[in-house]
Amino acid sequence: MDSIRLHYLVPGDDFTRAGAASSDVKRTLKELGVAPSVIRNVSIAMYEGEINMVIHAGGGDIDVEITENEIIMTLADKGPGIENLELAMKEGFSTAPDNIRCLGFGAGMGLPNIKKYTDEFRIDTKVGVGTTLHLKVYIQ
Amino acid sequence: MKISDIQKILEAEVICKADMLEREVKAACGSDMMSDVLAFVKEQAALLTGLVNPQVVRTAEMMDMHCIIFVRGKRPTLDMIEMAEDRDMVMLCTELEMFTACGKLYSEGLRGGSGK
Ligand SMILES: Nc1ncnc2c1ncn2[C@@H]1O[C@H](COP(=O)(O)OP(=O)(O)OP(=O)(O)O)[C@@H](O)[C@H]1O
Ligand SMILES: [Mg+2]
Repeated sequence: MDSIRLHYLVPGDDFTRAGAASSDVKRTLKELGVAPSVIRNVSIAMYEGEINMVIHAGGGDIDVEITENEIIMTLADKGPGIENLELAMKEGFSTAPDNIRCLGFGAGMGLPNIKKYTDEFRIDTKVGVGTTLHLKVYIQ
Repeated sequence: MKISDIQKILEAEVICKADMLEREVKAACGSDMMSDVLAFVKEQAALLTGLVNPQVVRTAEMMDMHCIIFVRGKRPTLDMIEMAEDRDMVMLCTELEMFTACGKLYSEGLRGGSGK
């Protein structure tokens, strides 16, 4: 199989549409016949990342590459960056405002959950510049 | 437990995908926090929630859930119903509040599908 590349622009001003990219990737992986457990890991990780982009960073870009052996996701935003990454990775840490909590998010579970569901996980972040998540899920 | 059993136990109204009421659900999860659903639910479960926005459907989609139950008389919007139909998800509405709805399902044998 040749590798497949997908690109998504995630708008930062439309909470209701957040998750559309993850939804599309999920559909594509299903069509390709990828194992359900792999699809689930990719879906949860990417959706958490996509939501973070929208609620914390004003949107961004997502690139997905599907190869025979792995699914590579790159989520890049030009948001405020993460000041203390170690703290942000802790379960329960969140800077989300109350209006986000009313929408069902902001428990501080996203980043640790992304780490849990991916085989490779790296964050590049710089205050005032932005945040990029590099994620990989292996296909076996 | 079948979705049709859930519907009877909760005296719920079927909002969409009535043709899929015979599907089995292995577990259930009750939460208004989608973050927690994403982080704690393991099994393909039914979701009970009082939250109404499209991310409820998205969360259920990512978790491979087939059934969303809105509690305390909450009703999904039209675009949410369209999304659910598109994804083969049953939507139910019950007047019961969260605690009572979960308690009834639990006492009939349905269990939580969560854990780290
Ligand atoms: N893309 C991002 N840009 C800027 N800050 C971010 C970004 N992603 C995460 N953060 C920061 O890291 C914190 C923890 O993120 P995490 O996803 O774990 O929790 P949350 O988004 O606040 O809540 P939840 O994911 O449970 O809905 C956030 O509250 C925010 O301060
Ligand atoms: Mg998050």
